[in-house]
Amino acid sequence: MTAINVHTGDNGSNGNHLDYLHSPKKYKGIFNWIFSTDHKKIGILYLISMLTFFAVGVVFGFLMRLELISPGKTIMEPQTYNQIFTLHGVIMIFLFIIPGLPAVFGNFFLPIMIGAKDVAFPRLNLLSWWLFVIGGFVALISLFLPGGPADTGWTFYIPYSVRTSTNVIPALIGAFILGFSSILTGLNFITTIHRLRAPGMSWFKMPLFAWSLYATGWVQILATPIVGITLLLVAIERWFGVGIFDPALGGDPIVYQHLFWIYSHPAVYIMILPAMGVISEIIPVYARRTIFGYKFIAYSSMAIALFGSLVWAHHMFTVGMSNTAMWLFSLLTFLVAIPSAIKVFNWVATLYKGSIVLEPAMLFALAFIFNFTIGGFTGLMQGALALNIHIHDTSFIVAHFHYVMFGGTGFGIFGALHHWFPKMFGRMYNKKVAKIAWVFLFIGFQLLYFPLFIAGYLGMPRRYYDYLPEFHIWHFISTVGSWILITGLIIMFTNLIIALRKGEKAVANPWGGVTLEWTIPSPPIHENFEKIPVVEKDPYDYTHYEELEEVKN
Amino acid sequence: MLSDASNFIKEVDGVFLFILGISLALLILITILMILFVIKFNRKRNPRPKNIKGNTTLEIIWTVIPTILVVGMFYYGWYGYKKMTAAPKDAFEINVNGKMWAWEFIYPNGKKTDTLVVPIQKPIKLNLKSLDVNHSLYIPAFRIKKDVIPNKDNSLWFIANEAGVYDIACAEYCGLRHSYMYSKLYAIHQNEFDKWYNSKTDTTLTKK
Repeated sequence: MTAINVHTGDNGSNGNHLDYLHSPKKYKGIFNWIFSTDHKKIGILYLISMLTFFAVGVVFGFLMRLELISPGKTIMEPQTYNQIFTLHGVIMIFLFIIPGLPAVFGNFFLPIMIGAKDVAFPRLNLLSWWLFVIGGFVALISLFLPGGPADTGWTFYIPYSVRTSTNVIPALIGAFILGFSSILTGLNFITTIHRLRAPGMSWFKMPLFAWSLYATGWVQILATPIVGITLLLVAIERWFGVGIFDPALGGDPIVYQHLFWIYSHPAVYIMILPAMGVISEIIPVYARRTIFGYKFIAYSSMAIALFGSLVWAHHMFTVGMSNTAMWLFSLLTFLVAIPSAIKVFNWVATLYKGSIVLEPAMLFALAFIFNFTIGGFTGLMQGALALNIHIHDTSFIVAHFHYVMFGGTGFGIFGALHHWFPKMFGRMYNKKVAKIAWVFLFIGFQLLYFPLFIAGYLGMPRRYYDYLPEFHIWHFISTVGSWILITGLIIMFTNLIIALRKGEKAVANPWGGVTLEWTIPSPPIHENFEKIPVVEKDPYDYTHYEELEEVKN
Repeated sequence: MLSDASNFIKEVDGVFLFILGISLALLILITILMILFVIKFNRKRNPRPKNIKGNTTLEIIWTVIPTILVVGMFYYGWYGYKKMTAAPKDAFEINVNGKMWAWEFIYPNGKKTDTLVVPIQKPIKLNLKSLDVNHSLYIPAFRIKKDVIPNKDNSLWFIANEAGVYDIACAEYCGLRHSYMYSKLYAIHQNEFDKWYNSKTDTTLTKK
């Protein structure tokens, strides 16, 4: 891709510069991290905080599944259950999935992949992380306040959320602060992509991960303020008694749902788009060939961002909307499936005539395609109006969005972690153990969520503490699946944590990738490049592998 | 599936099976192709990759075919839904109050019950009212559901085709006892219904 030789895996020598983990320090100890404006360090900060919140979210999910292993009370009271599923949702959405890829891997790799020394606004970037941590703690502070955490579900639907005695306001303020963190990250990335691309890196020479972050950035900037405004309206309503949403004051609770989903549906694309970008990075590397249909994948990201912003009311098909609104939102929902389908077909086509090796990251990418396809198809089912009426607010939906968010984005995050780990930390993990973890995660995932499709179609509503005996078998299988999944998580993270200290030193280009991050040492030096590269080739130009073998033969 | 409990089963299960069929075919195709490619183009077997940048004909094919399929799915779903919104004028109307955490059914003659009793083979329209927070009236066996929202006049209608007892659930989260907000629907013959409807007691059927 550049003048730098990428064919050989050199030993990652740092030249005269120290890597970013050891570069000269301005502050001591932890302050060297939490006041650092280095995009790589901020990425690592996000990684640590995100995974901490993820662990908390997993524990809550585990407890929910345990409660649901059999009908009636198993381990907790209904009030506790309602608070736990709310916290599980808030944490997983706002503190894990939304920052998961853009803030961690976007921060670390976007500047490197486009040949920049840092993001456009490094200090704003640090502020984003601070806002993220503060927002996260404000959201979680309700755990320790009298009344306990919110029991409203992460949707905070009015009027229940104004009637409950639990602490809804901290969660809303937390989400408000987190929103700014997300907006600033999006703004930073868009500016970085517009202004800081290396010489020669035209728009269509950008890696697809950068394209997906660009699309995501626009959604972050345009959609997130709406959730902030909605919160301000809730505050005005509560403090001044102005009836906006609360029917007791003459307000309209449906307006709240519209405003909530105008943000929260595009937020779904903030979660999935970067994961699609990661998959577009991983597959060419381990198939050792150029991506199939580069432009179609790039444009489809933009199409998803655009159409995805216009389908929010499909979360509200049962509230009683006009027939015109119903068919319009249904049709748009179906149309947004097309760019996603295009991506899937192009990824599969990229495997054709490749030279494929099933490293851990590739396994996660293939699992992503499988899970995301199931998530997508079950999404089509919900887009069909007559069918939506039946499965709306059942466990079918729970299964669907876990297939997209966890089976898709979650597996995308794990794939990114295994793909870029040696680059980020300069160490290699045990690949065999990583593959074993993958098997547990894949099987556990299917067992955990697939039965919920069946139970949902049979009429199992969601957010239920207890259920009718006829649903027992599906809940039982699901809970067993959660144990297998968690075993996989423990194996995976233990393996990575051990590798941090004891892993073999990683070479600069362990997988044979050609995007810019593989041309610099592992771990990268401060400000990434000794000399800003000049980009001449396409982002996924693997023709040298054809030539290389030709010479050998 | 494909029972005949209500007049909407055919539409809902029909569109489900339609999308399920297409989805399964495509999922199997995608999965088999992935596995096949991974085996056939394994690095040991195929050390020399071929850089194919794309194929516009293929892109057009796999854009146009899914578009046709999803528009078909959209129309099928819309067609069934339209029927759900068109309650016949002569439908028997029952008012429903949803409150934390119980249902109350009020008949035209003033009869109040906590379970829903309806005659079979007759259009029934439920006028939904919430006395507190959002609820959602859901009869899984009939494939129908509608949110029950304060200050909003929602309604749904159905025809119970077969006599029987069915569950009524609350599908919109409403707090502590949301998962216990169940009631029953008794679909009975018209003459039996008339007898029940004109009697003074509410509970004849609930005790059955």
